[in-house]
Amino acid sequence: MQARRREFLIKAAQGAAVAACGGLIWAQLLRREAVASVLALRPPGALAEPDFAATCIKCGQCVQACPYHTLHMARSEDDAPIGTPYFVPRDIPCYMCSDIPCQVACPTGALAPELKDIAKARMGLAVIDAESCLSWQGLRCEVCYRVCPVKGKAITIENRPREISKHALFVPHVHSQACTGCGMCEDACPTEKAAIRVLNPKLVQGKIGSHYRLGWQSDTPITQEFKPPESTPSAGSAAAEPPAPKTAPGMDVLNQGIDP
Amino acid sequence: MSTVPEPTRKMVRLYAPPTTLGGRLRDGRYLILRRATQLGVLLMFFGTLHWGWKIAGATLLRGNLSASEFLGVVPMADPFAVLQQLVSIHALHTTVLMGAALLLVFYAVAGRVFCSWVCPMNMVTDLAGWLRNKLKLNNLFRLPRDTRFWVMGSALVLSALMGVAAFEWVSPISMLHREMIYGVGAGLSAALGIFIFDLLILKQGWCGHLCPLGAFYGLLGKTALLRVRFDDRSCTRCGECVRVCPEPQVLNLKKAAESGMVTAGACTNCARCIPICPEDSLDFAWRWNAPPSHGAPQPRTQP
Repeated sequence: MQARRREFLIKAAQGAAVAACGGLIWAQLLRREAVASVLALRPPGALAEPDFAATCIKCGQCVQACPYHTLHMARSEDDAPIGTPYFVPRDIPCYMCSDIPCQVACPTGALAPELKDIAKARMGLAVIDAESCLSWQGLRCEVCYRVCPVKGKAITIENRPREISKHALFVPHVHSQACTGCGMCEDACPTEKAAIRVLNPKLVQGKIGSHYRLGWQSDTPITQEFKPPESTPSAGSAAAEPPAPKTAPGMDVLNQGIDP
Repeated sequence: MSTVPEPTRKMVRLYAPPTTLGGRLRDGRYLILRRATQLGVLLMFFGTLHWGWKIAGATLLRGNLSASEFLGVVPMADPFAVLQQLVSIHALHTTVLMGAALLLVFYAVAGRVFCSWVCPMNMVTDLAGWLRNKLKLNNLFRLPRDTRFWVMGSALVLSALMGVAAFEWVSPISMLHREMIYGVGAGLSAALGIFIFDLLILKQGWCGHLCPLGAFYGLLGKTALLRVRFDDRSCTRCGECVRVCPEPQVLNLKKAAESGMVTAGACTNCARCIPICPEDSLDFAWRWNAPPSHGAPQPRTQP
C-alpha cells in the first residue's frame, strides 16, 4: 500500500514536471511573439496593443474587407504576431473610408466598434524628419499638407521668414490631437525615403508631466489658484480670515492673457 | 463469467479490396467526400479572397477557419479559440460569440467531424499515416492518448496566465489554413513538422495524441447525435475496422455491442470503418436510431 502510494505520488510529480516544462517553453514562445508589435500599424479602431493582439482571432476578415488592399496579414518574419493585420503606409496608406469596412468586418471587437468617426481613429502619428524634409530645406513642397485628409488640423504649415534674399520657409507641423495615422502623407512624400512617417505614438510621443505649470497660459491651474474665491458666506470663523488677494503677487500684464 | 458462451458467429472473412472502378469508388466514397469537404471549404475561403466569389451578391465565405462569415450574415468561429480568448480575460464582440455558439451546436450534433472532415492538417497526417503503413515504421516512443487533454488544459491555463490565446498563437492548424488561404507563411513548416512527427516518431502522433483542438472537439463529441452504428449480430470480429481506425480505442466492440454504436467522443466520424467492414456491420446513424438492445444477440442472456 505504502509502495503503491509512493509510486502514484512520483508518477503524479513526474506528470506535473512534464506539464511544467512544456508550459514554460510554451509561455516563452508566447512572450516572444507578444513583444514585437510596436512597429506595426494597426487598422482603425484597433485596441491598445496587448489587448489588440489578444482579442484579434487572426481571421483576416478586415484584410478582405479593405477596398484598397491596404491591410496585410503579418507573416512569421514581420514585426507583429503572425496572422494579425497591419499596414505599411508607404506601400498603400489607409484611405479612411467613412464607413470603416475593416472595423465592421471584425467579429471579435479587436477593432473596437465604438469608433464611429474615422477622423477619430488613431492608427499612428506622423513624424517629420526635418533633416530630409524638402520644405524644411527651403524648397516649396508641402505635399503632406495637401494630401492630408484632416488638412489644416493634423498638418499645418508655418511661415518662417528668413533674412533678405532668401524666401520664407513653409514648414509642416503635425498635431497629434488630429493626426489619424492614415499615412497618406508618408505615401505622398516625394523624397527618396519618406521624410514624414507614421509611427506608433508610443515610440515618439513624450509627456510633459503634470508638475509643470505653463504660467503664461491664463487658464492653467497655477493662475486659477489666485483668483478671488467664490463668495461663500459662512458664519463665525470665515469672517476672521483675511480676504484673498485679487491678484497673485507679481502678476502683471505679461501673464494676464494679453499675449496669446 | 466464463460460463457465458460466446455467440455463434459466422466464419471470419477479411476485407477484399474491390477490383472494379465502381467498387473502388463505392468503398472510397467517404474518403472522397471527406477530401472534397476539406478542400471545398478551403477553396470557398480562397475563392472569396482571391476571386471575389459571391452568391446572389453576398460574399460567399470570408475569413478563415478561426472566424468567418458565410454569405455576409452567418458568423462562424472556432469555439476553442474563442474559449481561450475568453479565458485570457478579454471581452469579445457578440458576432464572434454567436459564431462560436453556432459551431458548438453543430459539432455537438455531428461529433468530432471537424478533425476528419474540415481540418486541413488531417490531409497531412493521413498522408503521413498512409506512408508510415507502407514503410512499416515503428513508434519511437509511446505516449498516452490522454496527453491531448493535458495539452488542452495547459492551453487554457496559459491563456489565463499570459493574457493571450495560448494555443491559437502557436497552432500549426491555424498556421496551415492561413497559409493555404492567405499565403502568409509558416504553414508549410508547421505541416512539415507534423508530417515528420507523425511519419517517423509517433503513429497518429498529432491528431491522436497531442492536438488540443481535437481534444476539445472530442469532449464535445461525447454527446454527439451522429454516430457510427454497430450491428453486433453480423460482426465476425475480423478486426478490419480497428486496423484502419485512426483512434482504434474507440472501436471497443464489446462496449459498442452493448450500446449498439460507437460512443467514444474521440471518434471523428471519419467513416473509414464503414466501407471496409466485410459484413456491413457499421454505418452512420442518429443516436436515437441505435438503441442499446439492437446489437445484443440472444445467446448472451441465457446461461
